[in-house]
Amino acid sequence: MTTATTHDDAHDDHGPAKGLMRWVTTTNHKDIGTLYLWLAFIMLLTGGSMAMVIRAELFQPGLQFVQPEFFNQMTTLHGLIMVFGAIMPAFVGLANWLIPMMIGAPDMALPRMNNWSFWILPFAFTMLASTLLMEGGAPAFGWTFYAPLSTTFAPESTDYFIFAVHLMGISSVMGAINVIATILNMRAPGMTLMKMPLFVWTWLITAYLLIAVMPVLAGVVTMMLTDRHFGTSFFDAAGGGDPVMFQHIFWFFGHPEVYIMILPAFGIISAIIPTFARKQLFGYSSMVYATASIAILSFMVWAHHMFTVGMPVAGELYFMYATILISVPTGVKVFNWVTTMWKGSMTFETPMLWALGFIVMFTIGGFSGLMLGVAPVDTQYHDTYFVVAHFHYVLVTGALYSIIAAFYYWVPKWTGNMYNETHGKIHFWWSTISVNVLFFPQHFVGLAGMPRRIPDYSLQFAEFNAISSIGGFAFGLAQIFFLYIIIKTIKGGKKATDKVWEGATGLEFEALPSPPPYHSFNTAPEIK
Amino acid sequence: MTFNKMSGRLPATITSVLSMLFVSSAQAEYALNMTKGVTPISREIYGLHMIVFWICVVIGVLVFAAMAWSIFHHRKSRGAEAANFHESTTIEIIWTVAPLIILIAIAIPATGTLLDLEDAETSADINVQVTGIQWKWKYNYLDEGVEFISSLAQSSRDVVKDPTGNENYLLEVDEPIVLPINKKVRFLFGSDDVIHAWWVPELAVKQDAVPGYINDSWAIIEEPGTYRGQCAELCGKDHGFMPIVVEAVTEAEYEKWIVAKKAEAAAVAASASQEWSMQDLLAKGETVYQTNCAACHGPTGAGILGVFPAMTNSAVVTGDVEGHTDVVMNGRSGTQMAAYKTQLSDVDLAAVITFERNSFGNSMGDTVQPSTIKNAR
Amino acid sequence: MSTASSSDQYYIPHGTHWPIIGSIGLSTTVIGFARYLHGAELTMMLLGVAIIIFMMYGWFGQVVNESMAGMYNKQVDMSFRWGMGWFIFSEVMFFAAFFGALFYARAFSIPWLDGGSNNGATAELLWPNFEAAWPLLAVPLAEKYEVAKQAMGAWGLPAINTAILLTSGLTVTLAHHALKRQDRDWLVYWLAATVALGFLFVGLQAWEYSHAYNELNLRMDSGIYGSTFYMLTGFHGFHVTMGATMLLVITIRAAKGHFTPENHFAFEAVAWYWHFVDVVWLGLFIFVYWI
Ligand code: HEA
Ligand code: HEA
Ligand code: HEC
Ligand code: CUA
Ligand SMILES: [Cu+2]
Repeated sequence: MTTATTHDDAHDDHGPAKGLMRWVTTTNHKDIGTLYLWLAFIMLLTGGSMAMVIRAELFQPGLQFVQPEFFNQMTTLHGLIMVFGAIMPAFVGLANWLIPMMIGAPDMALPRMNNWSFWILPFAFTMLASTLLMEGGAPAFGWTFYAPLSTTFAPESTDYFIFAVHLMGISSVMGAINVIATILNMRAPGMTLMKMPLFVWTWLITAYLLIAVMPVLAGVVTMMLTDRHFGTSFFDAAGGGDPVMFQHIFWFFGHPEVYIMILPAFGIISAIIPTFARKQLFGYSSMVYATASIAILSFMVWAHHMFTVGMPVAGELYFMYATILISVPTGVKVFNWVTTMWKGSMTFETPMLWALGFIVMFTIGGFSGLMLGVAPVDTQYHDTYFVVAHFHYVLVTGALYSIIAAFYYWVPKWTGNMYNETHGKIHFWWSTISVNVLFFPQHFVGLAGMPRRIPDYSLQFAEFNAISSIGGFAFGLAQIFFLYIIIKTIKGGKKATDKVWEGATGLEFEALPSPPPYHSFNTAPEIK
Repeated sequence: MTFNKMSGRLPATITSVLSMLFVSSAQAEYALNMTKGVTPISREIYGLHMIVFWICVVIGVLVFAAMAWSIFHHRKSRGAEAANFHESTTIEIIWTVAPLIILIAIAIPATGTLLDLEDAETSADINVQVTGIQWKWKYNYLDEGVEFISSLAQSSRDVVKDPTGNENYLLEVDEPIVLPINKKVRFLFGSDDVIHAWWVPELAVKQDAVPGYINDSWAIIEEPGTYRGQCAELCGKDHGFMPIVVEAVTEAEYEKWIVAKKAEAAAVAASASQEWSMQDLLAKGETVYQTNCAACHGPTGAGILGVFPAMTNSAVVTGDVEGHTDVVMNGRSGTQMAAYKTQLSDVDLAAVITFERNSFGNSMGDTVQPSTIKNAR
Repeated sequence: MSTASSSDQYYIPHGTHWPIIGSIGLSTTVIGFARYLHGAELTMMLLGVAIIIFMMYGWFGQVVNESMAGMYNKQVDMSFRWGMGWFIFSEVMFFAAFFGALFYARAFSIPWLDGGSNNGATAELLWPNFEAAWPLLAVPLAEKYEVAKQAMGAWGLPAINTAILLTSGLTVTLAHHALKRQDRDWLVYWLAATVALGFLFVGLQAWEYSHAYNELNLRMDSGIYGSTFYMLTGFHGFHVTMGATMLLVITIRAAKGHFTPENHFAFEAVAWYWHFVDVVWLGLFIFVYWI
């Protein structure tokens, strides 16, 4: 092996290598961030197309377009792809782009492993998607893959699904380790923990959630695999196991997983609101403590997804109390954002609009979450469209909105080009109106008794489903428009200033040009 | 509603819109909000639901009003200058403790309701075992020895392409479960295959049916009527097609129904010892097939490639009677093909096997008699 | 600035092809395994494993060379430490899932099948003859599973294995001390002893499996007891094998003169890993074999 030539600082001026192999072999945090973000967007379109199939079939009662079997495959893959393919990789992409710039580091701590975390994913998702072509069809047991529907009663392609989950787990754990090592070890001198931007904080805590729960997910799919092929009876009462045990282990992963998809969003919103309010974030330290409390609580509430499985009553009571308690630290965050805006000097550029949309609609989703947390009432809500409405409010108008906000907020920094403000605003209003047309009526059909994961329904639900579908198509088209905006901004546009936003703070805006050099900080910046 | 005055016009509009949606429109209530139901528990749950809902509305109105106020007044275009406060321990403590108190206020009634909800065992009058089977429900009145299977009505199956005008589409069954009013009914839920969930909104009973375990739940129905529900846990292909219909009747009518059911069962048992003609078997077999087997093997016996074998030209169906009977009666363990001897009567089994052997292009020409099945049990 | 000597710069490697090779290897392995489960030959999976081994050899080799060339400063070393530390934590959580299954079965599902807690009706209607016990030999539905004759005791081989692993934890620490005081001979001797103990453990474990399988009829399909027993000990055994292999590599490197008293992260990483495997075994010994 040669030694000296691979040394990074010898290449200050050279920029990235050329050609396709650049992307395959890159160890640069910005390149890898870009790869993650593109993968996430492609997955959003893929998962979104599946959602369109779902909405088309549900447009009116009766079976028009697809068979029930295929409908279930769509629901399953839609959930899996959105969660593991769109939202999570998008946040990892943002982490890659931003964390080194925010803490004054030259790159991520473990650049080669960073490459691997990314390059596992295309293989994992190709494998997952290929199940659609297999005999017997793709997995059709929901993204929660409850046993025994996913063990004894599942198609052969399930094994490929299991291994795809293993691969995603390896990728996530490596990504999380990299984030932790970077944040704990690569901060510029003077960047103390309590000076870090909240996005860095929320990602640090998210990374801990990831390494704590992704291995548990890997464990539970491994048990599925042995139940399917090696005669074990983890999830089979006939051998002394219990199908409900699957749910406990799954949700021990699954609940923290939903916070993995929202904590970085909190970080993003905490960056955007102060910038456009031109006022320092209210209650920085309580934000940090609230994030940590949410993370800790998230390990103790998992069985609120299982209020109807027949747990002993003491368990139900405990999980109810713990669940609703999460509203407290989450409320602290919402109140802090609102107070940051209070007596600020606000302007409403596109990133701010998405952030405001986030606060309002995430809170609505949080409220329905609180309602779901009340165990006796959850017996009526559980597995209805009320739940579907809840989690799309926190995931689409929460997580996805924060990602889009982050795109508009940081893309001028990344590319040096401003996006077109009019386009951004159209995108926001178009999305926000349609997304409410899409998901708000789902509260009503859910309360009125429409179960989720059904390809067809009785006539009383027809109107609201039709409305919801129309909203869905409109929201989908808005994201095609988003694709156009993205490409146009990358290709060119008004030049962005180094600071980009009048009220922007943080190293990425104050210590780096737009676009930043290939290697952001070769010498650590000074932290005031 | 005092908070209306407190927080200006916009929130007032929002609340009135919400009230319209959730409270005032009594006739459209079922379509928008949770049902009040017909049991003490369902009403308690409804009340709790509305309490939590209104708490959320109030908090939401306050938070969004504060946001709206500052968006309107503290904007740069109106010349607002940014203040620079960014911390206040007092206010942080207030908005940590206040929600906590609200949550305790929610938790207290919720605990009471939950304890009621879970108390199924005490002094039940009637015990019904409910078993989920892909994709139908088996009901077993434990104290009476009455047992039957209830699946989606043919009238719904016939119109899946275009159900317009079919009022109870997907919410009707061939044999409803009949229960007396004002009695404490205890349900015991179990499953033969995957997890299902038995849900009837008006009864506020939703409980998972887990294979290998029995969960219970209860209801005291206070008004006679027909209450419809659905399976509420993804259980495979036809999860959306396994409805529940409860007929709540007076005690006298219930007693009559039980007597009639028992007589029916006796008649079925008697017919099993008769010799059946090919024609009768085929007629009966077709019904049995369409309600029990068509979900997987298809209404025309074509199956689904790679998942469910076709009946047409199947080696088993066109093979000897013993093999065919064995598969249908005992199932294939580890596959979705269940053991139908626990679900179907001798006559039904004989009929469906005969039907399969002589339909869908198969023409074995032989009949299987109920007595053969009886001996094979 | 193009010399590699400086230790004040954080070393950022440039393009690397090992990860993509690793991904190809991983995918080949798992697809091969899935195909094997559906009746294909093992060839594809073995090919995948070979690719992974090749990748590890190349990747680690490159890192070793860079490290030996003095390209890593203290800060890089620290990144590796954080990385390894949290990797081990993630492994702990992986085992936690299986321990969770064990505790759940023992504390909940088995008693519930026998009517515990709110499950009176479960026992009455479904499993009237079932009796809760641990280790569970008589499973609820005996026709479906192989019935084990006897449970695995704690005080024979497992106790000896415990002693072996604990001793190996000691020997690896002694090797570390030898390295720190520059005693290269004893460094290699103690390491070699650790490797030997590690593989001895694996050998004894294999022997125990054959005993369990043949004489006790305790198998993967002997119900939840067999399931948890093989899952936990199997995964642990796999980790011991990995750890011992890693130790072997370290031993060879030590014999070649690698590592200095100040700079021996690879050694420490493997030692941490070995202690982790050790601690997991203690958990296993207590909860799987003993109580
Ligand atoms: C980003 C993802 C995300 C987030 C953040 C949340 C947040 C919350 N979720 Fe949600 N949830 C999901 C994603 C998420 N959820 C998903 C995907 C599912 C379905 C999984 C499946 O089955 O497929 C689900 C399902 C789900 C259920 C199971 C429902 C069922 O299947 O029956 C429950 C039950 O308790 C629940 C509760 C909560 C609660 C209490 C919160 C809380 O964190 C919310 C807290 C926030 C607020 C309350 C609002 C702001 C607070 C204030 C303004 C302060 C004052 C407020 C009060 C005192 C009321 N969620
Ligand atoms: C994580 C994030 C996430 C996101 C972003 C979304 C986005 C969307 N989801 Fe959701 N969804 C889940 C996570 C998510 N979902 C999960 C976890 C489940 C549960 C699965 C389960 O039950 O197992 C679920 C389930 C779910 C259901 C219930 C299915 C069922 O129970 O059977 C529905 C039904 O309406 C739905 C709809 C939608 C729609 C319309 C969008 C839209 O926002 C999507 C918008 C995006 C696009 C449309 C892509 C861009 C457009 C194109 C590629 C061109 C095609 C466009 C047109 C034809 C107009 N989703
Ligand atoms: C839940 C789905 C399902 C239902 C309902 C079902 N079957 Fe099956 N059936 C299967 C599956 C799956 C197989 C294949 C089993 C295997 O892999 O060996 C099968 C196999 C069979 C076979 C053997 C066919 C062959 O060629 O191997 C016969 C005969 C049969 N079923 C008859 C019936 C009858 C009669 C009924 C109704 C009384 C019925 N099935 C209901 C799923 C179902
Ligand atoms: Cu049965 Cu869903
Ligand atoms: Cu949750």
